[in-house]
Amino acid sequence: MLRVENLYKSFDKFLAVNGAELAVEKGQLVAVIGPNGAGKTTLFNLITGMLKPDRGRVVFNGEDITKLPPHEICRRGIARSFQIANIFPRLTVFKNVQVSVLSQQRKSTRLFRPARTLAREETRGILESVGLWAKADTLAGALAHGDQRTLEIAIALGNNPQLLVLDEPTAGMSAEETGTTMALVRRLAEEQGLTILFCEHDMEIVFNVAQSIMVMHQGTTILQARPETVHNSRQVQECYLGGA
Amino acid sequence: MFKALSSKNYLPCAVVLVVLLLLPPILPRFYTYILALIFVTALLAMSLNMVVGHGGLFQFHHGVFYGVGAYAFALLLFKGHMPMWFGFIVAPLIAALVGLLIGWFCVRLTSLYFGMLQISLGSLLWAIVFRWYALTNGDDGIHGVPIPSFVSSVSNAYYFILFFFVLCVGIMYLIHRSPFGMTLQAIRDNPARCSAVGINVKRHQLIAIVMATFFAGVAGVLFVVLEKSVFPDLLFWVLSLEIFIMCLLGGWFTFAGPILGAAISVALRTFVGIYTEYWTLILGVLLILLIFFLPEGVMGFFMQKFGKNRAKESVPAGGQDAQG
Repeated sequence: MLRVENLYKSFDKFLAVNGAELAVEKGQLVAVIGPNGAGKTTLFNLITGMLKPDRGRVVFNGEDITKLPPHEICRRGIARSFQIANIFPRLTVFKNVQVSVLSQQRKSTRLFRPARTLAREETRGILESVGLWAKADTLAGALAHGDQRTLEIAIALGNNPQLLVLDEPTAGMSAEETGTTMALVRRLAEEQGLTILFCEHDMEIVFNVAQSIMVMHQGTTILQARPETVHNSRQVQECYLGGA
Repeated sequence: MFKALSSKNYLPCAVVLVVLLLLPPILPRFYTYILALIFVTALLAMSLNMVVGHGGLFQFHHGVFYGVGAYAFALLLFKGHMPMWFGFIVAPLIAALVGLLIGWFCVRLTSLYFGMLQISLGSLLWAIVFRWYALTNGDDGIHGVPIPSFVSSVSNAYYFILFFFVLCVGIMYLIHRSPFGMTLQAIRDNPARCSAVGINVKRHQLIAIVMATFFAGVAGVLFVVLEKSVFPDLLFWVLSLEIFIMCLLGGWFTFAGPILGAAISVALRTFVGIYTEYWTLILGVLLILLIFFLPEGVMGFFMQKFGKNRAKESVPAGGQDAQG
């Protein structure tokens, strides 16, 4: 479904992504792991068009999407969440998701019908499935951190994506919130058949949830394989797991 | 949230409107004139707030489009001898076209750079109006624009302006509540996130600018209907700054705040202006106090205090901006 081929990106002279390779099959839960600064977020930004690569290709459903702007990539079916809560703080939780649903339905440029009559059921469905419906009328900026991160995912779901890209969905969460969020991610994959690409620091989570793991180090892909294989790989242990 | 449009919000508006309709026969002519001027200025401030408060754009030289609308209308009538309604329709369209041209360049830049480019392009237009003596009479302006007799008296002009003011604000309200309006507010809050949910941010911003400049053009036309004259100051950056302050003063995250801001500003200029020509000094002090004590503007403050339902439109106390 998604193929990343030999991707390069440098900032000034720092090579953030240095020949990354990645393959995501339909219906898979794929994790990208690597130490801090390995280039995981940059890789995600390249896939979703927030950054343009210096070299290499990103292919989605057979189409080269490397040079497309973010909103076009989103319309092809890739939605993402961000590492830091990236929401609309002055809008209510409901509107946060509604904006994204309306965009998906190509209704964002409608001028004279009140927005409150549109996309209500879809928005409600998403908020219920992530457990935020009770807070629908709260201003997003007033939510607790964990809820804001969940809202992140809900906004991405509003695009009804084929591929969901989650950049550290549990960053800064308590152990309990982390558990809830990962259960949610898993449930989305199972119930809605979503393909999910995520990166995560907590190894326990990764090895529990992911069906395929890509290991990055200094911008380069070390390997991508099934969790057992990654776990036993000496190469990975040396560079990442600290040779424990 | 869904009941924000309920009838209880209409009632105060209707009362205010009835009072405004009854005023001219009672009020001295001068006050009727000042009220009409407030409507014109309020429409201008509202049009600016579409892009500043709800769109998050640094529209620093909005006065230019007001001036373009006013000059286009005046020239069509004065030199082109066109009927008034023709000018009434065409002048705002010309303002919107200029808005499209300037906006097309500006949306390529972000935040402050957007504002700086707009100030330069706008000042260019001001310079043209100021210097092109043959067309615009330069800094003399154009006086005695032939306005049809049915709106030439102050109280008739008052009703005329009030009608179009209410009409335009009504349309703006619909836009504000529409998917487009909501998307625009989302872009204000977080443009990067918007493009990640599939929204073409620059196109939305450009559409918003064109609409805002159209309404600014309407305000320009109404100004000429009231004053029967135009002068280059309409395009000068000082006026743009003034309407920007009106938005801040009234509450730029509220819908109707700029009306209040315009009323305060025009009233200050008129009544403090009687005593001292340094009325801007008062405005400056007011602005400083505002920034310290009412960062959400006057309307925003009252909404937070008294309107629980509507307070949700503005931000809760405490700096939520850090999220952006």
